[in-house]
Amino acid sequence: MSKKVCILLGTKKGAFVLESAFDRQSWRLRGPYCETWPMNHVIADPATGTIYAGGGNEWFGPAVWKSTDLGASWTHSSEGLAYGPGEQPIKAVWSLARRNGSLYAGVEPAGLFVSEDEGRTWTHLSGLREHPSRPDWNPGGGGLILHSLVLHPRDDNQIWVGISAAGVFHTADGGATWEARNRGTRADFLPEGQNYPEHGQCVHCLVMAPGMPNRLYQQNHCGMYRSDDGGRNWISVEAGLPSSFGFPAAVHPRDPNTLFLVPLNGDTAGRFVPDARAAVWRTRDGGRTWSDQREGLPQENAFFGVLRQALATDSLDPAGVYFGTGSGSLYVSADEGDSWACIAQHLPVISSVETLVIEA
Amino acid sequence: MTNAASPVPAPVLVRLPVLFTSLFPTAERTVKLSVGTVQEMIDALDARWPGMRDRLCDSTPAIRRHINVFVEGKRASLDARLPPGADVFILTAISGG
Repeated sequence: MSKKVCILLGTKKGAFVLESAFDRQSWRLRGPYCETWPMNHVIADPATGTIYAGGGNEWFGPAVWKSTDLGASWTHSSEGLAYGPGEQPIKAVWSLARRNGSLYAGVEPAGLFVSEDEGRTWTHLSGLREHPSRPDWNPGGGGLILHSLVLHPRDDNQIWVGISAAGVFHTADGGATWEARNRGTRADFLPEGQNYPEHGQCVHCLVMAPGMPNRLYQQNHCGMYRSDDGGRNWISVEAGLPSSFGFPAAVHPRDPNTLFLVPLNGDTAGRFVPDARAAVWRTRDGGRTWSDQREGLPQENAFFGVLRQALATDSLDPAGVYFGTGSGSLYVSADEGDSWACIAQHLPVISSVETLVIEA
Repeated sequence: MTNAASPVPAPVLVRLPVLFTSLFPTAERTVKLSVGTVQEMIDALDARWPGMRDRLCDSTPAIRRHINVFVEGKRASLDARLPPGADVFILTAISGG
């Protein structure tokens, strides 16, 4: 049986789907879906092929959209996706993750919800917003968003979240209680001597290494980090990178030592790829050394950035790597980052990239 | 001898946003409802087409910032009364797009 590869895009003007055969050489684009609502994260369940898209519309508010036919038709719901009366209403869904029939949604302003009925109704996991640090949570440039949602692959009670700018939090009891896990990550935007607080760091993207649930990587506003103890302690792995600033990080589907990044030139320098030359940076040794992958990427006049959820890998061997730019271009590597091709241009701002491999 | 029954108030005529055609494929463009306030109108719409409340109101609770409900030509809030036979337009504001 042959395989088909889908790229799922969340953009500022709807969701898109691209399809290719197993070779990942020729892609067909479909969309926009979800009535051109801004879609912050589009994921798929590899077991069923169901697509879930989270976002929010200025007129109609937040919702999670769902398609069981690879995008041909959609339904949406936000039943229960709300805080109590008097609290600041939810503006948008920012992150989605699925585990064993449970669908999780991170939202703005930061909070966590779960659906046990495929996104039809939602329940607030209120413990996170009851954390004593919550009065100190401050919005980053993208808002006070829960953008990273990492589920333990075997323990249904463990979840890590990344909130800008509150930091990384972990629960071991299904979301009832949470612990800040930011030790070793910097906050350069705080006064000298106060740069390593318990919480308040501006985490940009949090991901888990395959097969090693205690190994996490995070691209932070202020540095690049690895943890080998579930986020209790972080070490800097930014030596060798052109910049400590960037948004996305993507793990390899099988190798816990391989990670992909797209560093940008700095938070006050335009947030472009450094020197206007695009590169994906790859480590094969857990962040000890880095190499820049440029073949096929623009090497002059590239004034774009890549947002925190817009870099992904697929599950094939060799792994595909994908990123979408703020300027609406989509790049694909079918050889783990060695070489690249631009497969779509002139799309809306690309907020998220995910992949789905299905039996055709 | 019995008194004549009280006349049933004329229903209000509600015109739904154009974009609801795609968000709620089974919804009609206009609907007549026997309701006395904007809040009751929202309740009735949500009962008929589940999920419609979430698209029109936030959890404050209030009509969403970029949704306008016009009653007899004037913007109305959730607690506004609807006169019998009132003409109601629910429109997406230009500020939201």
